[in-house]
Amino acid sequence: MVESSLTASRRRAVVGETRHLLFSVTPGAAWITVFLVLPSLYLMAVAFMTNGPYGLPEMPLSLDAFRQLAGFGFLGWSPGNAYTLLRSLWQTFVSTALVVIVAYPLAYYITTCREKWRPLMLLAVVVPSWTNQVIRTFGWMNLLAPGTPLSDLAESLGLIGPHMGLYPSDFAVTLGLVYNFLPFMVLPLYAAFEKLDVAQVQAAQDLYASPVRAFWHAVFPQTLPGLLAGTVLVAIPAFGMYVIPELLGGGKSMMLGNLVARQFSGGSNWPLGAAGAILMLLATFVGLYAMRRIGRRLGGGEEVVI
Amino acid sequence: MSDSTPAVTREAAETAAADGGAPPREASSIRLEGLHKRFGRDTVALDGVDLTIEAGEFFTLLGPSGCGKTTLLRILAGLEEPNDGRLLIGGRDVTDTPPHRRSVNTVFQSYALFPHLSVRDNLAFGLRMRGESAAERERKVAEVAEFIQLGSLVERRVDQLSGGQKQRIALARALVCEPDVLLLDEPLSALDAGLRSQLQVELQRLQKRLGMTFVFVTHDQDEAMVMSDRIAVLDGGVIQQVGTPSEVYEHPANAFVARFMGHDNLFAITAVDGDRVETRLGRLRLDPAEQRAESDGWLLIRPETLVLGDTLPAGYNRLEGTVEERLYRGSRIEYRLAVNGQPLMVVASNLGQRMHAVGDRVVIGVCPEDLVRVAA
Repeated sequence: MVESSLTASRRRAVVGETRHLLFSVTPGAAWITVFLVLPSLYLMAVAFMTNGPYGLPEMPLSLDAFRQLAGFGFLGWSPGNAYTLLRSLWQTFVSTALVVIVAYPLAYYITTCREKWRPLMLLAVVVPSWTNQVIRTFGWMNLLAPGTPLSDLAESLGLIGPHMGLYPSDFAVTLGLVYNFLPFMVLPLYAAFEKLDVAQVQAAQDLYASPVRAFWHAVFPQTLPGLLAGTVLVAIPAFGMYVIPELLGGGKSMMLGNLVARQFSGGSNWPLGAAGAILMLLATFVGLYAMRRIGRRLGGGEEVVI
Repeated sequence: MSDSTPAVTREAAETAAADGGAPPREASSIRLEGLHKRFGRDTVALDGVDLTIEAGEFFTLLGPSGCGKTTLLRILAGLEEPNDGRLLIGGRDVTDTPPHRRSVNTVFQSYALFPHLSVRDNLAFGLRMRGESAAERERKVAEVAEFIQLGSLVERRVDQLSGGQKQRIALARALVCEPDVLLLDEPLSALDAGLRSQLQVELQRLQKRLGMTFVFVTHDQDEAMVMSDRIAVLDGGVIQQVGTPSEVYEHPANAFVARFMGHDNLFAITAVDGDRVETRLGRLRLDPAEQRAESDGWLLIRPETLVLGDTLPAGYNRLEGTVEERLYRGSRIEYRLAVNGQPLMVVASNLGQRMHAVGDRVVIGVCPEDLVRVAA
């Protein structure tokens, strides 16, 4: 008697808990299914279909899109897409490296300022990103176009040819990327620097470390999680960037994002665009995985949250 | 004569061995000459400090917060540069030597352990920076971990340690480098009372065993008295008094030191008449040794030297007062009395005698030898 009533109450509890779980999980799961899982599955399906006469995907299934992505067309192999991929990787690498070079000292400098000034300085770093990216990029076009003071200066220094202008160029794209992604590196680095106890730097010096070695052995390892988080936040969107190369590259400095975008608009080759998107996704996962590995090894087993 | 050790050193070593401690190391005496330190334009942290700390001494810098004691310690470590003056360690001028070239190590108040390193790597940090071999490092770290009885923790990460363990690791990280001088910046302030008094004793024993010069900073006069060979009391960037704990406690150099050492019974002297002084408590006869012609300064009456009772020993000063407050402390009983309208503290050992109640009229006996004149 007692036992059966106990089981009954337990069963009631389990049912209640299950219902509660269902209620809390369902909206999120539905959201992810509708807006992430289904579109991704559709994208993958499209990538394995054939390009129809109007650029829309048709049956039968084939690997045509991937062949085209690799550069094989009606006229045999051409290196265009490979260049685009390599340019994307190179632009990502260079811009991320430059962002680190600018952001690391900047984040450190902000932490050394008086406490009441710090929020203001961080705000100054972040505020530009409240304006639409396209508008800011147009701003750079106006600053770098031929005949502007900056372009004239570069011309008089012999950095560019006559009437070339700093825009459009690879340089302009890199500059645009660095400018755009700077806040994403400064903020996590600032958080890492702020957590750091100044006494630890002094302890390192007290324990026979020269200023350089104190930085390298006591400071740098502790900013590494912030550096890695910032790298992920910068490199991944930079790799897929569309607006900046489109506008500042003037169509000459195409990145993977532009290649994909064109297949869905002007070029009209949905399967090729889908294949490009999948390549982008794969590259991103590989990059993330590598970051995690590096983070785990250098962070002494500490999990780097990315 | 196969033994080449000079006789004096050998003798010192033998004496020290007999005491159960190591001989003091020659290199570890400290001299400060006319040290000045300002922060910004008008914050004076140290205002002309002259001080000699002997080799192998447990020396404490005592004072309230902002008195300059931590600044002084940081100058010893090389983390702060004096604006003026000289610092000699072991007779060598190290005023301009950067911290990483000084044979001085610090136990920081916040411990400042490296969170990205294991306990083992924390302990080995100084040895590694000094370029000692991996084998040497391993041997010394194992030794010091054994020494502080935390050998089982070396693989842990710093955030897995308790406060007391962190404190020991911070101490071991400094000790393993075998510096000439060990600096300790309020290393016990973050610990609870029980652990604190246990570590006070341990630290003191350790210092005697190693024969290393310890410079200890604290704001706690009890801690300073328990641990130190000598104490320097600082206030306003100036050394007020240097002496052994009993000198500083029993014969404070001025009213500040007296108050800081916890003395409540301090009465302004209004007039002097031979061997008697006039205070607001009344006229009191002094020991001839304390007699001075000046009629200023203060009279210090330590509460534990006062006697309550109707029959007083011969020669005692006699005062009368009323019990205003009684605090029962177990081993002792504290009375706050009013004598001629002045508050007077009396501490009586609890020997089972009858306790006085609040409102009682009592007779207080003051032995002339226990009265101390203190400069203004």
